[in-house]
Amino acid sequence: MSHIKKKQGPGWGAVAGVAAFLALVILLENLSALLPSVPRVLMPTSQLFTVLKKGAVYSLVVVSMNLLNGFTGLFSLGQAGFMLLGAYTYAILTVPVDQKDTVYYLFGGSAVKFSLQDTFALLFGSAGVGGAVSMVLGVLVGLILAGLVAAGFAYLIGLPVLRLKSDYLAIATLGFAEILRAVFQWQPLGPITNGANMLKNFPTFSDFNIENASGQVVLRLSAFIPMLIAAVCIGIIVLLINSSYGRAFKAIREDEVAAEAMGINLARHKMLSFCISSFFAGVGGGLFAMYTANAQAKVFTSTMTYELLLIVVIGGIGSVSGSVMATFLYVACSEWWLRFLDSELAFAAPAAPGRLAFIAVFAAAVIAAAFLAIRAIRRREGHTLRQEAPVWAVAILLLGWLVYFVISGSLQLPLLRNGFRMVVFSIIIMIVVLFFRQGIMGDRELPEAMRAFRRRMSARRGDKKEGTK
Amino acid sequence: MSERANVLHVEHVTMQFGGVVAMNDLSMEVNEGEIVALIGPNGAGKTTAFNCITGVYEPTNGKIDFCGQPLVENYPQGRMEKAYLGENKGMYTHRLAPTPDRITHRGIARTFQNIRLFGALTVFENVLIAKHMRAKQNFLSAAFRLNAREEARMRAEAMELLKEQGLDHLADETASSLPYGLQRRLEIARALATSPKLLLLDEPAAGMNPQETQELTDFIREIRDKYHLTVLMIEHHMDLVMQISDRIYVLDFGKLIAEGTPEVISNDQRVIDAYLGVADDAEN
Repeated sequence: MSHIKKKQGPGWGAVAGVAAFLALVILLENLSALLPSVPRVLMPTSQLFTVLKKGAVYSLVVVSMNLLNGFTGLFSLGQAGFMLLGAYTYAILTVPVDQKDTVYYLFGGSAVKFSLQDTFALLFGSAGVGGAVSMVLGVLVGLILAGLVAAGFAYLIGLPVLRLKSDYLAIATLGFAEILRAVFQWQPLGPITNGANMLKNFPTFSDFNIENASGQVVLRLSAFIPMLIAAVCIGIIVLLINSSYGRAFKAIREDEVAAEAMGINLARHKMLSFCISSFFAGVGGGLFAMYTANAQAKVFTSTMTYELLLIVVIGGIGSVSGSVMATFLYVACSEWWLRFLDSELAFAAPAAPGRLAFIAVFAAAVIAAAFLAIRAIRRREGHTLRQEAPVWAVAILLLGWLVYFVISGSLQLPLLRNGFRMVVFSIIIMIVVLFFRQGIMGDRELPEAMRAFRRRMSARRGDKKEGTK
Repeated sequence: MSERANVLHVEHVTMQFGGVVAMNDLSMEVNEGEIVALIGPNGAGKTTAFNCITGVYEPTNGKIDFCGQPLVENYPQGRMEKAYLGENKGMYTHRLAPTPDRITHRGIARTFQNIRLFGALTVFENVLIAKHMRAKQNFLSAAFRLNAREEARMRAEAMELLKEQGLDHLADETASSLPYGLQRRLEIARALATSPKLLLLDEPAAGMNPQETQELTDFIREIRDKYHLTVLMIEHHMDLVMQISDRIYVLDFGKLIAEGTPEVISNDQRVIDAYLGVADDAEN
């Protein structure tokens, strides 16, 4: 009877793990205030917190995309479009009334004469705790409305588009996202969308930092809040995936014909998945606007969707925990760890940080690549030295250049320039798609993978014990 | 021929794909509790008949009733109006074309010629999915576990069914990892989980050896009695068909060429010409 009582999906252990992580985030961002001196990485301006904030926002959108692409098997590329809807809905509804003239100065004020937090302020008062409550409620209601607007549009788009399959669905949703981007920059809509200009001055994550009367930050929550919202939303998605409806989605992914023969209404379930995915993409869009402190249509490009899709693939199609891990990994690389690739002068000065690491990694990479290539050549039958020669030449050239770089002390790396990061990313995508199609997690979840790992380890230990006997 | 209630009533059903008439003017009856076989050489239109009954195809012309209620009906229209090559044009004027899931909901379950399990899911989940359509919950109450009793009921029923089918020890196995025979078994179990009145089996004995086929014969009888089913099946194994069927319909080139009890069919010259003669040669 174990299956009847078996709980659906992750238990309280996973919840406790996430709660502990959230507590750690609060601690990390307040450490600089608690301790007299902290390493640079823990200062409030550190890239670490950028990564945490953007990672939280992105992981929500990526998981919502995985719900559609990985769990329901609908290949949709409209995620940036739904984020855009969410971002604009949130921004339009929460630009404070007294800021409207500044923000919409080109259009002589906004057509939307109210803002959520000002409306709540009528109830709770605008000063002190009342003001804080109004702001929090305004943000939450704004985010939920952002999701609802995105889901509503998804419903309308879904009516014609969800009849399509695979590539055609992807093309149609991609086109829809591009249309939205154009419409939101359309000048006649200016009084609402501010045309091609950005919307700003609405509440952002840093507004959640608790300040004392003199304006000093007492408790920093600006990384915790997006984490919390994303965690709650992802939690809801996980609950849904592990429910009867989630199973129906997976059945559709596995075999549409069989799913239909099992009494699953394809149109209804596909639409449901599409709308739920878009709802959370919309919430994610609202969070993204909070993260960047502005909302502008031109950032929600198809490139952004591809970026999200890439993260889904790296994390593992059909794995929520894989998506979350891949998001933080990706965001950390693009915002922090691989930044140096964008600067020609990254290692120019002898004292540049990371110079030694760069030399070591570069040398190791060249030697490893050359070793693998030569071994592959030597395995072939009837290989000659002539076949190896180009590999040797390239390796020696690169190492020679490295030695010259070290001796001369200062050298600009000709390849490193603005955008080179993206080249490296593209190479990583190709490697992932060619060799690691499963991604980080495949379609497994973290607890499952950990259990399997523990079982393997204990089995190995068991072997050892038997060996010693 | 019997006082038993009529379960499936197929009337003048024609299925035409472009200029090809895959099934022409098929009429058949299946009564409650019967095991009826649909046989015929390859390409005779047997699976097409199944697909028309289960809503995968919309027949070009004709009518199907289920338990006395109209299930599917159509007449040549649109592009087919001129292109129609079948018979009985103008006999029907109404269009009724439910999707396969609606038909499953009404109580017709099926298996597939080439097994279509949800490969990446477990055996238990495969059966559990069939319980989804009758579950009294919407996505919100399901996601927030507001109706845990409903979920528990679904799980209990699914597990019960797996036990009855002797598959409960495999509940946590991935469906695609099962051996072929068990996959067939699971597919039937999954179809049973939709609580059908009529079960359509598309070549259930395909790829089975004589002993397995014999077991299957007993198994089909057993589930018919246990779940009060009516069975319509497509089959090529003549031993199985002759042993188990109450009546047999024979199709050839989309046309019904004979119907009757196994004795009648095995002595029918047209059938022997079209089908059994070839099968006998192959067996000898």
